[in-house]
Formats: sequence, structure tokens, C-alpha cells
Amino acid sequence: MTPQNQPAYAVPKLTDFSAPALDKAAKDLLAALENESTKVKNEGDLKTFRDRWMARKDGILTHVNHLWLKAAPKDAKRDVGQRVNQLKAEVEQKIESALQQSQNAGPQSRGDAERIDISLPALRRPIGAEHPVIKTMNEIVGVFRNLGYSVEEGPVIESDYYNFESLNFPPNHPARDTQDTLFIANQESKPQRERLLLRTHTSPVQIRTMEKMKPPLRIVIPGKVHRNDPPDASHSPMFHQVEGLAVDTNITFGDLKGTLDHAMKMLFGSSVKTSFRPSFFPFTEPSAEMMVSCFICGGSGKRVVGTKEEPCRPCKQSGWIEILGCGMVDPNVFGFVKENGYDPKKISGFAFGMGADRIALLKYGVDDIQLFFQGDVRFLEQFG
Amino acid sequence: MKLSPQWLREFVDIPAADPQTDDRRLAEDLTSAGITVEGLNGEGANTAFEMEITTNRPDAMNHYGVARECSAIYDRELKPLEAKLPASTGKAPASIEIQDKQGCARYTARVIRGVKIKASPEHIVKRLAGVDQRSINNAADASNYTLWEMGHPTHAFDLDLLEGNKIIVRRAAKGETLKTLDGVDRKLSINDLIIADAKKPVALAGVMGGFDSMITSKTKNILIESAWFDPSAVRKTAKHHGLHTDASHRFERGSDYGATSIACARVAMRILESGGGELQGGEIDTLARELDLAPILFDRSEAKRILGEDLGDTEIVRILRRLGFNVIPDTNSDYLVTVPTWRLDVEREIDLIEEIARLHGYDKFKKTLPSYAGAVIETSESAKDAKLRSALLSLGYNEAVSLSFISHQDAEQFSSSPVIELENPLSEEASVMRTSLVPGLLNMLAYNVNHGNESVRLFEAGSVFELAEGKSREPKQICLAATMSNLKASLPKGGILDVSKGDNAAAAEAFRSVKGDVERLVGAFEHSSIQYDSQTADYYHPGRSARVLVNGEVVAQFGQIDPEILAHRKLRQDIFAGEIYLERLYKNELRKVQYQPLPRYPAVERDFSFIFGDDVIFSKIQLAVSALKLGELQNFAPAEIFRGGSIPAGKYSVLLRARFQSYERTLRDEEVAEWSAKIIKALETLGGAQRA
Ligand SMILES: [Zn+2]
Repeated sequence: MTPQNQPAYAVPKLTDFSAPALDKAAKDLLAALENESTKVKNEGDLKTFRDRWMARKDGILTHVNHLWLKAAPKDAKRDVGQRVNQLKAEVEQKIESALQQSQNAGPQSRGDAERIDISLPALRRPIGAEHPVIKTMNEIVGVFRNLGYSVEEGPVIESDYYNFESLNFPPNHPARDTQDTLFIANQESKPQRERLLLRTHTSPVQIRTMEKMKPPLRIVIPGKVHRNDPPDASHSPMFHQVEGLAVDTNITFGDLKGTLDHAMKMLFGSSVKTSFRPSFFPFTEPSAEMMVSCFICGGSGKRVVGTKEEPCRPCKQSGWIEILGCGMVDPNVFGFVKENGYDPKKISGFAFGMGADRIALLKYGVDDIQLFFQGDVRFLEQFG
Repeated sequence: MKLSPQWLREFVDIPAADPQTDDRRLAEDLTSAGITVEGLNGEGANTAFEMEITTNRPDAMNHYGVARECSAIYDRELKPLEAKLPASTGKAPASIEIQDKQGCARYTARVIRGVKIKASPEHIVKRLAGVDQRSINNAADASNYTLWEMGHPTHAFDLDLLEGNKIIVRRAAKGETLKTLDGVDRKLSINDLIIADAKKPVALAGVMGGFDSMITSKTKNILIESAWFDPSAVRKTAKHHGLHTDASHRFERGSDYGATSIACARVAMRILESGGGELQGGEIDTLARELDLAPILFDRSEAKRILGEDLGDTEIVRILRRLGFNVIPDTNSDYLVTVPTWRLDVEREIDLIEEIARLHGYDKFKKTLPSYAGAVIETSESAKDAKLRSALLSLGYNEAVSLSFISHQDAEQFSSSPVIELENPLSEEASVMRTSLVPGLLNMLAYNVNHGNESVRLFEAGSVFELAEGKSREPKQICLAATMSNLKASLPKGGILDVSKGDNAAAAEAFRSVKGDVERLVGAFEHSSIQYDSQTADYYHPGRSARVLVNGEVVAQFGQIDPEILAHRKLRQDIFAGEIYLERLYKNELRKVQYQPLPRYPAVERDFSFIFGDDVIFSKIQLAVSALKLGELQNFAPAEIFRGGSIPAGKYSVLLRARFQSYERTLRDEEVAEWSAKIIKALETLGGAQRA
């Protein structure tokens, strides 16, 4: 606070109590007060400043009391007293204005002295990123859990019976060709229905669950499936499905439509629309393919990229995206679990299945499915 | 499969000029009825539909069949298929014998004499080209034209090359061979359904004709075959020979039993038109068996039960009749429905319900939500899975997914359990089901390092596959792995324990870091103890790896992967990895949190600086100190470790920090001094030397 070339102000002892001498002493004191007050920049300074002048024990005003007022001869006491009171008021006022000054100028001046470079890059503590396909699968499962569906799982290595026969794919039927099945080796000695293969869909869990649980039933089945599809940008020998099944005494095709429409709105936003068209799956009848209005372009078939309008690729400009296969459970399927309460004359149900990888591809605009399975952190960390 | 809208318009009155039935609208309406038009190619009269017909609808894999769908969609009449044939002369010079009545239900044939084999007329060539069919000659094209027109596969033989004027449908005999149209000599199996003449096989029934009896420019006399072959017999024959033809595709899916006669006649008509000649004798139609097409009782209330809506009598009858079903009102049920011979896929009431629903239009049905009175069952594992997953993500591990297949070599290196091999693997590297998640993660780490990402931290949660007593098992595991540079970078500056120089200290710190992660995961479960030993698998570094035992059971192993293995995989970085066996870990419940009151009195810390021999590992020190049973000792841990410098080889210096605290009172200096003295004595008993 004190200029280095100048000793700090100290209250002098007075011997001469004449008016001019008192004037001089007061002037020196006020000069010091002024000088020191201008240096108050912040609250710390202010405290030091206030203590130096006002502290009861060792403050300047206390010194003035001792050295000037108490030391004054009787006849000068009155004059000195008045002057000291004046000085007191001056000091209080200065401290008050220094307080204002420190409050106004404080932050700015502190900013000058203690400034850091806030433009330096952030230190980001690493956290792991969710895999986009698992994340998508969890989101789909979450929607159906909220609708009262229980989560069921089943084995990846399945028997012919669960993957095909009980789902109404008779042995030696052309519908099996569409499944591009990967078979487990050395199964020749077993009867066909016991032969092992990699499940080509999550649908076997439908039968497995109906075998162990009586109707009514609502289940959602996430899982891995495999097909003999050589890997390329749009194919992978392994992918992920989420399957669903609802069975009760009164389930209708309208319920299938309503449930899936609701689920799609929860997944892709309340403005998406759904449309159904006939398809074929051996284990459902009637069978349908469901389309959702394109959640990328909003169904217009066009996308605005920058200032340009471009055709929407995910929906091939149609405004619609094929999202899942579904249908009413075929009575033949119930026939395989009839003893457990699934009499096709009394109950009915719907089933659906969708590919989580495909939905993730569409949702995130990923153009190569292989990226999902390479573990490239430059890819994965984008989903963090 | 391509179809021409112009061609199918020949059979139903739906003008292309009418905006209600133009090409684009037609494509949309067919798709809505399940006859999917994937795309439109070409313009005007040359427009072709790219069709995607499901396997259950062989009847719609041709123009007439799709025209029938149009007739139902637009409620217009389907024109009948006819054949105007000239009068025949004489008696047919061939006889047909169906020995395999299961394989062939019906065989219809006609003979044309004095035909001239030449190029087809222009309009036939164009039509075929429009659906990607190459023109061969007028006889072969007549057969192919009929296939694309009405879907029934036929075949033309050079009659003079059939020995004994005889057609026999039978299974091949042992040792028989046949050279097929594609020029391949084939050994026949006794399961193959074949067409033979009096002496030898002349065709693979429903799959492909024989080379030696085919129509050539020298052919004068033709026998036209139009038969109904059994789907599974054709499928087996085609599969056995690795063949897939337009004919086998249709027979396998079920062809029209009632169409053999008209198909045969239309082929004959076209050959006669273009090649002249005359019919010799009439149609030879041999029926081996009738197809059992039982009428279906169809109850409207059942349709309502499944669909949720009653479509009404008019709509139901209209749809079914337009599709060729015969609908008779019935007293017991609402209707008795007779199925046409081309719809072998329709056998049950539910099949009729689907027909009605799809032609009524799926989008017309109201959307409803079902009520539900059943229970929701939570799988006990979903909360555990979620807990571990979120812990791993917050520990900085990126979630990865790798394929389920690995190589034999990897399976051998990373597990001891018997492998499950694939019959038809995609490649040698993917020939067995993974028995460990480690090789998959190592591959992904290598991929990253080779692409310039040195700092990688990944985990995968998934099943491995093993064979146990002939049955497959799919235990779930979690594998986590990180590169050395990632581990070094993520160590907190203030948390380093071993401050010595060199690889060992760095490895010790990296190991501690992975140990901490594993402990966080395992510690999320109820446990009375977590212990470690060093009996890890061979692919771990023997001096830098550990097994984790919870309540005495091995639930994980982790540590540095053997550098030699990494060198072999061209992975140029040290890797630390860990495996957690969820099946075993999940025997324990998730840790239940129970609130502990907070201490109200200050803690006191005391440091002890010691030198120990390397054989006195920390767990020995810990054991010795805990044996003192000092109730107020809340924590006892190393704060710094150092080797080298003034410390003699084989020894290390360690700063140990004890933390005392009471829940009842402020500790007195004397009692802390007394406890400290006990600790010092215990450490000295272990051979430690206290430093000044
Ligand atoms: Zn779009």
C-alpha cells in the first residue's frame, strides 16, 4: 500500500499546539489518508485500510487521540478536540468511499490481477459411451416395459424345434431358405427337431415363454440373432432384435395396430404415423409389415441440408420406413403349447419383431453396419 | 422378379390411362394388398414392376395371378384363360406312367408333329425381354411365356429322342446319371424325382430338362409336359443338385394342380402359331391322385374375434369370390368356402381371415389398446446388468459389441472348455462360437491402436458358449480392457503410490487402477469378503494378474495380458484386461445400502516409514496389523512406495499411514502413541526396519 520510496505515515508527537502547527499536522494526516484510500482495490485492501485508521488498539485515530488530544495543554484542548473530531469524520467518510470503490472496482481489478485463460480447452474427464445398438435396444425395451411387458431372454444356440418347427416352419419348407441359417456342426445323428443352430430370430423365446407361463402374457424379448450373411455395409452375420408377444382372451388385430402405433410415438415422437401392409411370416396370420412415417424427414421425403433441399436417403424419398414385422399369432403356434392354456379357439395374441441395428443405423445416420462391431473408439465416443 | 403392368392389364380391365389404376397407383394398391411392388422401372408401355412376392404366394408370381389380385382390389372381372386349338389328327403316340404317385399328382401332355423350330415372333421376344427373359427358340419360349403369363412351369421334349414313346415319372435308380440342360453330368440319387423314357432319365422333374432330349433346330416332333409335382420332392431334388430354377421355385412353393391342362394347351397353341405342325391326338391327362382341398367352414364371428371388426357379408363375399374362392352360405357356420386349386396356402379359417383383412386394407382397421390383467415379472438380473453397465460407463469404458464367432486358435488360447463349431461358418476366423470375450476385445484394441488411437478403454457384456455334457451353455460375462497409455493417462496425479522409476512401478500402478475398477464392479454386490490370488489363466502375465474370489468363489480374473500373445496379434502396446463371470457374481444380491452415522470426533493420522524385503507384500502387512484388533484403527494403507536409490536391492521403502478415529470420544495422545507402538512392533516382527 505504501510507495516503496516513501516511509508509511505515522502520527507524529506534537509539541507545538499552535493553530498553524495543528493545520500542518492535520494536512499531513489528510494527505496520507487520501493517498492510502486511492490504493484500496478490494475487500482485503479495505480491511487493511480500515484497521490501519480505525482499529481501537493501534489505529491512527487512536494514536491521534493519545498523541494529540490527550497530550494537548488545557488551553488548546478545545481546539484540538474540534480538529480531531473533524479528522475522525474525514476518516470515516474516506473509509465509506473506499468501501464503495472497492465494491465497484474490485472484481475488475481482481480480474486483472488473477486472470486465467478461459479459452483453454476443457479438461474432460473420460466417461464411457453407450453402444448405439444396445442403447437403441434398451430404449425399445423401455417403451414396452412401460406398457406392462415383462423382459424375457433365451439362448442364442437353439434347436430346430424352437427356431423353426414350433413357429410353423415345417421341415423342408422353402420359408426356411429365407432365414440363411448358421448351423452347429456334428448334429447329423440327432433327430431334426433336436439339431442345434444359431437362432435366426428372437421368436423362439415366444414358445419358450408360453411353455413356462400361462396366459395372459405380455413379454418383450431383446437379443442377438445370427444369419449366414457375409459382412458388408448393410449386412452383418450378427445383429440384434427386439421381439414382443401379447396373448389374452381378447387380443385383436386392432390391438396390434394400436399398441405398435403408441410404441412408435413413444420411440420416435408423437408426430410419427404408422401404416400396415400384408406380409408373410409362418408364425403369424394375418401377417403385416409396419412402416413409420420417416422420422428423419418428417415424411416429406426431402431433407434440407444447409440451404439445399436433398432427397431423404433413409426413406428412399418415400416418406416411409419399414420398421418391423408383426401379426396375429398363428393358431398352429398356439397348437404347440395348447396344454399350457393356449387354446387358439379361446385366446388370441399378437407378435412383433424389429431390428435394433437397423433402427440405430437410421436414427444416427450411420451408413455402414460394420462400424457397430469394430470397437473403433472414434466411432463409439460419438455416442457418449 | 419383374412383371409388366401392361401384360397383366390384358386379363383385367384396369386402364393405364385411368388415374385410379395408372401404373403408379396400381403399384401402391398391389403393395397395400401384400403383392409388393418394390420399384418401377422404365416408362409407358415399357414400365416394369420389380416384385417382391412372399414365399407363400406362388400363385402371384406371374401376370395372371397378379391380375386376379387386381380383380379383387378394384372389384372388376378377371378374364378367363382359354386356348383355341385346331382339331387334332390320329392318336397320341406316347403313353404316360406315374410310378411315384406322391411325387407327381398329375401329368398332362400333348404331342405336336412336323413343327419348325425357329426364332420366336417379335412380340413374344419383347414380352419376355420385358421380364428379363432371354429368347431361345419358339418352342422353349412358348413354355417360358406360359410360365410368366400364368405361372405354370412346362417343358418341351424332342419326342424323337424319347425312347419307347414313353414318359415315366419315378425316383431315380441307383447309379443312373443325367446330363441336364446346363450341360452338367449329374449322378442321380434314389431320392431324386425324375422323368424317364422307357430306358433312361430325361429330366429332373420340376427342376430342369435333360440335355439329350432338348429341343434343337433339328427337332420335328415335340412332347409338351405340364405336370403337378410335389413341392417337397422338387425341393429335395433341386437342393441335392444345388439347382434353383424358375420352375423349381414355383413347384417348391406349390403350383396350380388345376392348371396343367390349360397351361399345356396354351404352350401348344403358341408353338403351333409360330412353328406350324399339327397336334397328334388329344390331351394325355394322367391323374395319379387328387389333391385334398377340403372346404373351410368360415365363421364371421371368428373373423371379428381376430380382427376386432366385422366387415359385413357383402365385403367378405365380394373379396373371396374375386379371389376365386367359392362361397356358399352354411347353416352351421356362416359360410362354406371352397379353395381354388392355385391357393394351396389356404387351408384354414385363419387363412381366409387374412385374405379378407389384406384386401379390405390393413390401414382401414381401427387402432385400439388392449386391457391387461396379467402380472409384470422383472427378471432378477436386469437390475444387476444395469448396475454394472452404468458403473463401467462411468469408469470411462466405452461399450463395445463384437461378433459371436472366433477362430479355433483363439478358442484354444483363451479357454479350456470344449468349443461349439459351426457347420457352415462364414470364414476360418469365425468358425467356432466364442468361448471367451478376450480375443474379441483384443482385436478391437488392435484395430484402434493400428488406426492411431493409442488410448483405448473398452468393455463388452455378452455370452460365451460352451459345451457341457453334450448341451450348449451360454454363461454371461463382462470383459473390460484398456491400453497401457490409457491407464497411465487416467491415473490421478495425487494417487500414485509407487514412485520408483521403471516399468514395474508403472505396471503396478496400472494394475492397481484396473483392480480398482474390478473392485467397484464386484463390490456392488453383497459380500463378506473379497480376496485375491494369482492363479490366473495362461494368457495373463503370471506376475501381474489376479483372480478375484467373493465369499470364496472365483468371480473374476484380471491383469496384464501376456506380452507374447499380444506380439503375436501385432498389438504393439501393453494391455490390461479383466473378465467377470456374471453367473457366479449374480448369486449375490446387489449390495443393500444401510446408513452409517457420521463420526463426530476428529480423526488422527500417524505415518510409519519402513523398509521391507520384497517378499513382505502388502497383504502380509495388512494381516499383521489387523491381527492387533485395534478398534479405533479405521484405515491402514500405504501412502508411498519406493525402490532403488539408497534402498538396497530386494527391499522397498514404504510410507504407511494409519488413521484412528472413535465414534464416542476425542482420542488422547497417549492412547494413539500406545497403538502406534503396537503397530511398529508388529511391522518389525515382519522383518521391517523403521526409518528415521
Ligand atoms: Zn425420409
